[in-house]
Amino acid sequence: MGKQVAMTGNIAVANAMRQINPDVCAAYPITPSTEVMQQFASFVADGKVDTELVTVESEHSAMSAGIGAAAAGGRVMTATSANGLALMWEMLYIASGNRLPIAMMVINRALSAPINIHGDHSDEMGARDAGWIQMYSENGQEAYDNIIQAILIGESEGVLLPAMVGMDGFIISHSIENLELLEDKQVRDFLGEFKPKHPLLNINKPITMGPLDLQDYYSEHKRQQAQAMQKAKAAILKVAKDYKAVSGREYGFFEPYKLEDADIGILTLGSSAGTTRFVVDLMREKGIKVGMIKLRVFRPFPIEELQQALSHLKALAVMDRSDSFGAAGGPVFSEVRSALYDLPARPKTVNYIYGLGGRDLGISPIERVVKDLQEIHQTEKIKELVTHLTVRE
Amino acid sequence: MSTGLKGWKDIPIGGMILEAGNSAEYETGGWRTFRPVMDKEKCKNCLFCWIYCPDSAIQVENEKIKEIDLKYCKGCGICAAECPAKAIEMVEEGKL
Ligand code: SF4
Ligand code: SF4
Repeated sequence: MGKQVAMTGNIAVANAMRQINPDVCAAYPITPSTEVMQQFASFVADGKVDTELVTVESEHSAMSAGIGAAAAGGRVMTATSANGLALMWEMLYIASGNRLPIAMMVINRALSAPINIHGDHSDEMGARDAGWIQMYSENGQEAYDNIIQAILIGESEGVLLPAMVGMDGFIISHSIENLELLEDKQVRDFLGEFKPKHPLLNINKPITMGPLDLQDYYSEHKRQQAQAMQKAKAAILKVAKDYKAVSGREYGFFEPYKLEDADIGILTLGSSAGTTRFVVDLMREKGIKVGMIKLRVFRPFPIEELQQALSHLKALAVMDRSDSFGAAGGPVFSEVRSALYDLPARPKTVNYIYGLGGRDLGISPIERVVKDLQEIHQTEKIKELVTHLTVRE
Repeated sequence: MSTGLKGWKDIPIGGMILEAGNSAEYETGGWRTFRPVMDKEKCKNCLFCWIYCPDSAIQVENEKIKEIDLKYCKGCGICAAECPAKAIEMVEEGKL
């Protein structure tokens, strides 16, 4: 069995990286992810890992160095936040387009301007079309578990895609929690050795990566990426199953809570799931049939599975910790609502944009959401499709 | 759609090219709009054009210019610009 410890989300992730012992790690510090690499750099200095740590001059270079190392055939990791992720943008697509299974921890933070260093999902959500597998974590334990699993998911046969794991900046990254670390050996046995399919360093079989790809083949390569994302679904479940055998902890695309007999439901992701669960319990005590669903995997988006899980609801609130300005609501909302569209009977679905720039989502705003949902359930009418919650008028 | 090109299931992922030395299969001559025409009378066989040609299209035999391989010559005109004897003229393909 693993070891019960008290540590911040960042230190938990750094320990996951120590246990993973990647071949190469290239990173540039940015709040609130800095602590991950700072701690990991100590592990490197203390000889606790064999990792080649490349201290680069920017996040663009961090991802570029990671791409080179992954192309060479290494197991590669990094961590970043917000503007750091934004600076990687160009290279994110090159990592996925070249089919390099890099694993990256994203300590979710608001994007400037105005400057804000606190937790929201606008960084990772902005990268949702970059061809990376995306997962979100409710707490330090999940961040630790997710980043370990991300390694194997990305490396899976037929997948070969990079994966990013989100964890809410400060709210989780800097909060000390009680969590369980696996034994080092358990993690290493679980992951095994990475056997790259087409390593550039294999001088006996010289290959070319990233060549010019014009009108005649580019579409086919993008079609392959779409297929790899579909294949990632099976890989995510398989890795979760194997991980449960080691850790005892269960993971899927999402985690329903008191949803089965519910009339109304709240879909959320990240740290706000904890508060939402608390409110669900409060409301249940009052006899209100509300449930919740915590989304773990955003890419690949689990359309059919969500359809099944949500179809019986009468009203559903989708919580977005980022905005997609000018769109029909936040990014999670757009996709959930689209997934429900083809159902013969579907819940009336509304969106709440909340918690931007790290603003706390307390109990009362969620109680308000439940109240709105009850009203929608009774009247079958939506008054406001997209509500900016936790904002002063 | 029948183009003779392979479908997405039958090609290496990520645009990878899994064997070496296959640039010979890519006939860059198809890009050419101007053709280098060599005046063998003027040519001094200095081989400047052979050194400069980015597509190895200048064919040399016994240290002498043999011909320009039009399968690969993309018509960039570098050979004509570099030739010290002005022995190469770029002629528009349509005017040949
Ligand atoms: S035109 Fe360009 S490609 Fe053609 S022979 Fe001259 S240098 Fe080579
Ligand atoms: S550069 Fe001119 S002179 Fe020299 S070999 Fe070529 S064509 Fe002849």
